[in-house]
Amino acid sequence: MTTVLEIEHLTKEFQRDDVATVALRDFSLTIERGTFVTVLGRSGCGKSTMLNLLSGLSKPTSGRVLHNGDAHTGPTPEIGYLTQSDTLMPWRTVLRNVEMPLEIAGRDKTDRTRVARDLISRVGLDGFADSYPRELSGGMRRRASLARMLAYGAETILMDEPFGALDAQLRTELQGELLRLWSQTGQTIIFVTHDIDEALLLGDRVVVLGPLGTVLLDQEIDIPRPRDPDRTTVDSRFIELHLELANALKEGARQ
Amino acid sequence: MTAAHTIPMTNTTSSPAASGPVKEARKRTWWGKNGHQATVWMLRVALFLAFLVVWYVASLIVPNPMFISDPIAVWDQLVEWIVDGTIVFHTWITVQEVALGYVIGVLTGAVAGFILASIHLIYSVFEPFMMALYSIPKVALAPLFIVWFGIGIDMKIILAAVSVFFLVFLNTAAGVREVERGLIDAVRLMGGTKRDVAFKVVLPASMAGLLTGLKVSIPYALIGAVIGELVASNRGLGYLINDSASQFNTAGVFAAVAVLTVLAMLLNGVVALISARTGRWKPIGDA
Repeated sequence: MTTVLEIEHLTKEFQRDDVATVALRDFSLTIERGTFVTVLGRSGCGKSTMLNLLSGLSKPTSGRVLHNGDAHTGPTPEIGYLTQSDTLMPWRTVLRNVEMPLEIAGRDKTDRTRVARDLISRVGLDGFADSYPRELSGGMRRRASLARMLAYGAETILMDEPFGALDAQLRTELQGELLRLWSQTGQTIIFVTHDIDEALLLGDRVVVLGPLGTVLLDQEIDIPRPRDPDRTTVDSRFIELHLELANALKEGARQ
Repeated sequence: MTAAHTIPMTNTTSSPAASGPVKEARKRTWWGKNGHQATVWMLRVALFLAFLVVWYVASLIVPNPMFISDPIAVWDQLVEWIVDGTIVFHTWITVQEVALGYVIGVLTGAVAGFILASIHLIYSVFEPFMMALYSIPKVALAPLFIVWFGIGIDMKIILAAVSVFFLVFLNTAAGVREVERGLIDAVRLMGGTKRDVAFKVVLPASMAGLLTGLKVSIPYALIGAVIGELVASNRGLGYLINDSASQFNTAGVFAAVAVLTVLAMLLNGVVALISARTGRWKPIGDA
């Protein structure tokens, strides 16, 4: 397997007055192409900081990120990033929101509309293409954001607790959909969550982060796919891993 | 139409969007659609009539007609002025001043607000000066403008434009500066350039601020123009008010004020039309 992302000794500090807040210290990780990596950690352990650095939105204080071998300097459409909050443009309809990345990439109108309509139906928003974001429910806005991110055609996708704000049923549903979409396209996904079950259900590999982004555990998830939210969670291997991850998190909290 | 037309969508539980709301066509009666509006309008008319009645009754009690005149005298004066063309002549002058002043103020204010607020450093430098200039009562500038531009129509246009400029400038700038960081980041993630950010995010996002500016500045265009006319002129509704007052014609003052009021309401109607067209996309959360 080839390496798609290499994170080398990443440190991120936020300077304010004479105090520097260290969010991430000397963090290193390697991600293989086509894998679904879940990153598990308690809030405040630097997960979001890490994704912001990986996406190129913010610059590391020291260290670097290599994407396909090149150190990357700023945001690029090759890396998709689904942030925690909705960032759909409120003045654009769902269709025009999903078209936006294609518009910026300079694709022509008919092509854009065709691709966007296809994505909108793939995330199950048929009939809502002409609605504005505020006319949609939270779950539907998430789907629209997902469709927009898929429109970049990015090979590497970062997701920051994308389903955190949704109710349990909807989350399960969207997790299933994400796995379905992923199995069709085989992108590399880095999925950040604080939910142990979610991390185990989705990932090929789970990385447990402690304070300042120390890697507490880096574990292969050897549970066969397709996984089912209702059945997999009672699988004995699942329970075993669940305990292992829970212990690692507790261990990290004690440090 | 009897049955509702659902938008084609499967209703099985496995369908991804099954948990979301569904759009259906529903016919409503005329009253169901417009009943509330109709009630509001009827009450508005009733309130206005009540005001006229109270005014009329008061005019019977107050002995000197110079004080509050009475609605009938005002109406007679209006009719007389309409017939002899006085109203059309003076209103047209004021309308020109307001319209030109408004357009000039809006264009310069919007462009200046958008550009200055987009560049952090420049905005920080300019802001206190802009606030200081904004705080000056514009009447205080009238004598200066008379020296610079004479007592013709130009002076009133400039006075209106200056009043409008600051309001539009400050509101547009606020709109630009309040653009959600997340939206800008979203465009950067798509590989958007600074230009994309400016035109696809900041510009549409600042429209709300600009619209507020457009709305609140309309009365100020009118105030600017009329103050200009009151200070020095021989034409316009402000002049008509001054002229009537100097002849102790209180009905004339009221008639001119009534025309001004109608003018202001028409201008507000125009802005309401503009904001209604953009109202559908208000930011999430402030429904």
